[in-house]
Amino acid sequence: MLEYARWKYILIVLVLVVALLFALPNVFGQAPALQLAHSDHTPVTAAEVRTVSAYLKQQRIPFTGTYLQNGRLLVRFGNESAQFRAQDAIDREFKKEYLTALTLVPRTPAWLRDLGLKPMPLGLDLSGGLELLYQVDTRSAVKQLVRMYTQDAAHALAAANVPVTSITDVATGGSDLPNTVRITLGPGAAAKKATAALAGPLQGLSVSSSAGSSGAVVAATVPAAMINQRENYAIEQAITILRNRVNALGVSEPIVQRQGNDRIDVQLPGVENMAEVKHLLGQTAMLEFHLNDTENNAYEAEQTGNVPLGDKLYTDTPDGQPLLLKREVIATGDQLTGATVGEGPQGPQVNVTLDSRAGENMLRTTKENVGKGMGVVLITKHVVTREVDGKKESHVVTTEKVINDATIDGVFSNQFMITGLTLGGAQDLAILLRSGSFLTPISLVGQSVIGPSLGAENIKMGVGALVLGMAGVLIFMFIYYKVFGLVADAVLVSNVVLLTALLSMMHASLSLPGIAGIILTVGIAVDANVLIYERIREELRKGVSPQAAIRAGFDKAFSAILDSNVTTGIAGLVLWIFGTGAIRGFAVVLTLGIGTSMFTSLMGSRALVTLMYGGRRKLAHLHI
Amino acid sequence: MEFFSHQTNFRFMATRKVWFALSIILMVASLALLATRGLNWAVDFTGGVTAQASFPASADLSAVRTRLAAAGFHDAVVTYVGSARTVSIRLPPERGRTSTELSSRIEHALRQVNPGATVSSLSVVGPQVGSELKHSAMWALAFTLLFIFLYIAWRFHTWRLSLGAILAVVHDPILVLGFFALSHISFNLNVVAAVLAVIGYSLNDTVVVFDRIRERFEGNRRLAPEVVLDQAINQTLSRTIMTKVVTSIVVVALLVLGGPVLRGFSAALLIGILAGTYSSIYISSAIALQCGLTAEHIFPTVKKTAVDHLP
Repeated sequence: MLEYARWKYILIVLVLVVALLFALPNVFGQAPALQLAHSDHTPVTAAEVRTVSAYLKQQRIPFTGTYLQNGRLLVRFGNESAQFRAQDAIDREFKKEYLTALTLVPRTPAWLRDLGLKPMPLGLDLSGGLELLYQVDTRSAVKQLVRMYTQDAAHALAAANVPVTSITDVATGGSDLPNTVRITLGPGAAAKKATAALAGPLQGLSVSSSAGSSGAVVAATVPAAMINQRENYAIEQAITILRNRVNALGVSEPIVQRQGNDRIDVQLPGVENMAEVKHLLGQTAMLEFHLNDTENNAYEAEQTGNVPLGDKLYTDTPDGQPLLLKREVIATGDQLTGATVGEGPQGPQVNVTLDSRAGENMLRTTKENVGKGMGVVLITKHVVTREVDGKKESHVVTTEKVINDATIDGVFSNQFMITGLTLGGAQDLAILLRSGSFLTPISLVGQSVIGPSLGAENIKMGVGALVLGMAGVLIFMFIYYKVFGLVADAVLVSNVVLLTALLSMMHASLSLPGIAGIILTVGIAVDANVLIYERIREELRKGVSPQAAIRAGFDKAFSAILDSNVTTGIAGLVLWIFGTGAIRGFAVVLTLGIGTSMFTSLMGSRALVTLMYGGRRKLAHLHI
Repeated sequence: MEFFSHQTNFRFMATRKVWFALSIILMVASLALLATRGLNWAVDFTGGVTAQASFPASADLSAVRTRLAAAGFHDAVVTYVGSARTVSIRLPPERGRTSTELSSRIEHALRQVNPGATVSSLSVVGPQVGSELKHSAMWALAFTLLFIFLYIAWRFHTWRLSLGAILAVVHDPILVLGFFALSHISFNLNVVAAVLAVIGYSLNDTVVVFDRIRERFEGNRRLAPEVVLDQAINQTLSRTIMTKVVTSIVVVALLVLGGPVLRGFSAALLIGILAGTYSSIYISSAIALQCGLTAEHIFPTVKKTAVDHLP
């Protein structure tokens, strides 16, 4: 008699049911769709969905479904011509409201989608699209930080009337970048007075003074932790900015992620021939601080079209009311060095830091204008693509938007806060401010375009290889091991289901090397079964009874299966850690596949065999 | 169906010097090829431009080269991929051009060969990205070998088996690299992944044999190590062959149907699997024997109690 604990059967059945559910969304394929998003990222509402569907019905454009996802509306079509017609019609009718983008969406039924189940997203090599690899110049971010301290030190010393011979930024302590502000004081100047004056502006730096040949020397070094922090800030900032600009493109399911130390990987599925994309992604949004014009009426200006001299009229404002701002610029985004969310006595606030030059300007302006308003304008550019005579044409549209308009409550210079915001509002404002602030230079170090037809061909080839390889293995196993071969086949199929489910759960994107990984996993799962069955045969040859042979086969093969899988797993994990892009995709599949194949071969296979042979009292022969 | 209906009894250990010699010759030949002919590094590593173009009918490669040269791409390497209608074009790094510009210039040149030609993919890799990738691949290789050495030394209580496994494992990728130097198939990132997977696979076999060596020693401590090793290899032989046949089925499916992207990858796997099977049968255990492996090394003094827990 062979026995296998009941809880193990229950566990196996449970795992398989869950796996089937998670793997299921992958079998439905994709349908052409149109994505509608608001250019300011506010979510599309259910009422708008009804308006759009009613309009499409009225235009007699057939569509197969609508749903909201991440605040965007997706409309699914049966064919591409309906998709094109719908885009034209919607662009005409709702021109100002939505950014539209052609896309492919999974044909997953609504009940699966409602459960939050999604198929694996396809990698660019399978979906087609544009991939850009940017390098963030963190060195220049560090240089800018040290230069800012140097300028601030010069200002502070001048204000305290300390004579200075020279102020420079130098590299010390083995650094290959300037990390120290070095000040040589003028004759007769006391180092003590200088360090006292510098205490404020150079807070956090390690300051030391010594006597030099031409006067006292004060050196302030930026600690390594601060430099590190600046580098990380630069990369995070670049990612935020790229993500915002990518979102403005209206591409569906874009990926913007950090890669390695100082690289950013941008993947735009479905985008092919957009020269402007790169142009735009590499460009800085502009940010400008303007005073409000409180003497003239903005409504009047809007209605009559007569904008007072020296003013500019803005209609895209936070409260939707028209606003007149003076044309004179108080500060620009490249003078903004920080914008962070904080908590003040009046609730959430955004803390803004400007450089010293803008600070002076701000001081002068606020002295004269306490009680008046100041507006912050964000100027961005985005690409609009539409079909003209069957050809895609794209042009750049500039939008100017007032992102904040606040009253000047007091006199301030280079540090101030914007209050009276909600927490979400403060976060949004900080992101918008940062997106227009000093941008660490990024350069394009790699790019690739994959045409959609090549993507479709890659899918076909990958799936073809998978099906043929699987079929070959399944047939071979049946011929070689007969009934036990069928058990192995069931195990292999459930292994692929389990692996697909795991990958879908992780939302790992599937690339061609990933498909190769799935195919190889079939090989690994077979190996575990072969080890067990060969062992059973060996025991049978020794003359052991069938049931004892089965037990011995599973027991004795275990250590070999464990050790051999762990070693392959080590190779997989190292690839996972060191690899990027497609290699990582392969490694993820390989490593997970080893786990699933251990589970299915050891537990699943044993459960099945026990079920078939365990209960029989007289078992003379095994079909193996 | 069975490959070996009776227990085989090949005397692998007795002939080990022959196999050592063969392996040394193959490795030296591979290294010589790597030194003289070198690898055909793909754009992934060198930096530069690769494009793939499809033609409605078979394309004339020399016409393609002439047209590309006329368009200013003088050092273009043009080859067929898969069929005579798909052409791969490789260019040295170009400064300050976007992929879209390059793509349209190349397409323009190709249309003069055949008006229906289209560029289906294009990728540009900066040179510094490439050299960094070479570095990270080296590190990946070094770490894989180190971790595996430690794991085997821990599981089998002796460095002799570890050394046998590692030497066999170094042996296999060298042969694969030798094959890539000989055939000049493009050596890209996917091939690196395949080489690392080969290491995992080759070990897989070696470890199964070692596991059996451990088991045999446990039961028959007084048997000569040479006999035990031969028994262990013979008893696992049908499994080794069977597994390799099955894995080869899927790899051949990949090679034939996976398309040009995966060709190098699947070729590397196939060669690696062949080399791995050979080395795990003939080399890894023989090295441990050469280092003086005895039962004492695996089971030092006290008889080991079973460490394995059943599922």
